[in-house]
Amino acid sequence: MLRYLISRILYSIALLVGVLFIVFILLHLTGDPVSLMVSRQASPEEIESLRQELGFNRPLLVQFADFVKGALQGDFGNSFRYRQPAMDLVLQRIPATIELATVALIMAIIMGVTMGILGGSNPNTIWDSLARGLGLLGQTIPTFWLGLILILVFALQLGWFPTYGRETFQILGVHLPDKSIILPAFALSLFTTGQLVRFTRSAVMEVMNEDYVTTARSKGLKKMRIYTKYVLKNAAIPLISIIGVQFSYLLSGSIYIETIFSWPGLGNLLAEAVGTRDFFLVQATAFFTSFVVIGLHLLTDFIYVLVDPRIRYK
Amino acid sequence: MSEKKETAISTGLLIDEKADRSIAGKIAYVWRLLWRDKAGLLGLIMFLSVVFAAVFSPWITPHDPMQQNIEASKQAPVWGEEGTAEHILGTDSLGRDVLSRIIYGSRVSITVGFLGVMMAFTLGMIIGLISGYKGGRTDNIIMTLVNMILSLPYLVFVVFVAAILGNSLLNVILIFGFTDIPIFVRVTRGEVLRLREEGFIEAAKSIGQTTPKIIFHHIMPNLLGPLITLATFEMSAMIFYEAGLGFLGLSVPPTIPSWGNMLAMGRQYLTVYPWMSVYPGLAIVFTGFGMNLFGDWLRDAMDPRMRRKKK
Repeated sequence: MLRYLISRILYSIALLVGVLFIVFILLHLTGDPVSLMVSRQASPEEIESLRQELGFNRPLLVQFADFVKGALQGDFGNSFRYRQPAMDLVLQRIPATIELATVALIMAIIMGVTMGILGGSNPNTIWDSLARGLGLLGQTIPTFWLGLILILVFALQLGWFPTYGRETFQILGVHLPDKSIILPAFALSLFTTGQLVRFTRSAVMEVMNEDYVTTARSKGLKKMRIYTKYVLKNAAIPLISIIGVQFSYLLSGSIYIETIFSWPGLGNLLAEAVGTRDFFLVQATAFFTSFVVIGLHLLTDFIYVLVDPRIRYK
Repeated sequence: MSEKKETAISTGLLIDEKADRSIAGKIAYVWRLLWRDKAGLLGLIMFLSVVFAAVFSPWITPHDPMQQNIEASKQAPVWGEEGTAEHILGTDSLGRDVLSRIIYGSRVSITVGFLGVMMAFTLGMIIGLISGYKGGRTDNIIMTLVNMILSLPYLVFVVFVAAILGNSLLNVILIFGFTDIPIFVRVTRGEVLRLREEGFIEAAKSIGQTTPKIIFHHIMPNLLGPLITLATFEMSAMIFYEAGLGFLGLSVPPTIPSWGNMLAMGRQYLTVYPWMSVYPGLAIVFTGFGMNLFGDWLRDAMDPRMRRKKK
């Protein structure tokens, strides 16, 4: 087991090095990173001086070595627009995104897993149709459009929620978001809800057909006990890895939702950085998001080992 | 069991020995299957109507999608206040007809989705065949790379690359075509590994057939079923992602009518002129809904086990 965990950790580190390489290469994709960053009116002299200043005139290998050295110390250069270290900006914005993604995930789990269990354990009933419908909706409604519709209906027409922004209240010195988080989190969660419904439904259906469930039934165990003791426990194992993957989807999917709702998180920062061609900031955001995502995958692997004895004894 | 029948069964085109094996017979058979499942049929019709709109846009649009008319700008749809039958879905802030722009917008979506998937399908299948058939170190290297790419936050990198390369149709197709390769590699490889163990491959090997012949005659035909199903879902996903990029201003240039561009522009007027963004979004939902219904049907139809269960 220990060997498995160590190999996962080493793999994650290798992945991060790979990410650094990709992030570096992407900026050099067009051959001239400086021309991406300056305005069209810049004179050749200005461009040249910026190139000197940022060190883009040096050999690529030297640049990469420097980039990795900086990255290891958390230094991804300064944002042009904010005149601040890019990583500092990213770290300031990450709590709001984590907050949004967490609320969205909780919403998705409550709706998705419940409907999945209802649908999966009552095949070919109205519950099953509802579950399948929800699964389909999650896959066919784009989050960025759903966000706009939610604003139209629940903020503008009904006035139940603010149209945009993050408003907070204070509890024990901690600032928590108020109902302003509900619309963006719901819009963000729908895709994940759909995935969880589909997945839970088929996992429950599969487990229901297992021999041990048949045995439990023929022993005359109560329906409730069969569910809690056998069906849910076994269906939950693959769910963990799906939830891990979905959380990383929510983190990167927040780029649309945060833009629409002006939520002060990482996605908003990325959209803004891309719009103003602030590429050091884009690099820092891409790296940091990958870092969090890779960390999450590692965490799911650990949890997996804890809950599934079959892996532990391999 | 004859090799031909083995192929036919695993691609899900034949069900019993008496079935007609000519191409016309297969088409008739697929049609019968589709007719039985109305959801799949509805999905196909929805998807085909979008393709029809894309191909015949110039003939079916009521107005020129680029034609600006400031006097007629910001008109509500026909059922709204001061709406006219002239502009059924209203006009945008420059007085361009929303319906005509939605119809033309399907061209960008279908082009990106189709060409992007074709590219990922072809390259992914080739790489997956190599990986699965050769095995060993080649397989290890390819799969490590594939898993690496698949574990990155996709959207963030797509946005990054799109911002670097700049707005153009070709760039968007290339971005999605390339980034979608790993999924096709993974599915192809999985299928190849499974097929390699099948009796008919072993039989082909034992009578001394060459590797290319085995790959082209025995493995590839069996790959098409799962890969076409995957392609349907991936195309629908690509249409979403393209609209998403357009929404952020990173897809085709803003002068070209596309659903994402329309949403991006309409968003600024959401509070007062909601139709500018609501209807282009509905077009995306319509397309996605159709493709997913069809894709679900296709997945079950390609899998003979599922079909037997359904009966």
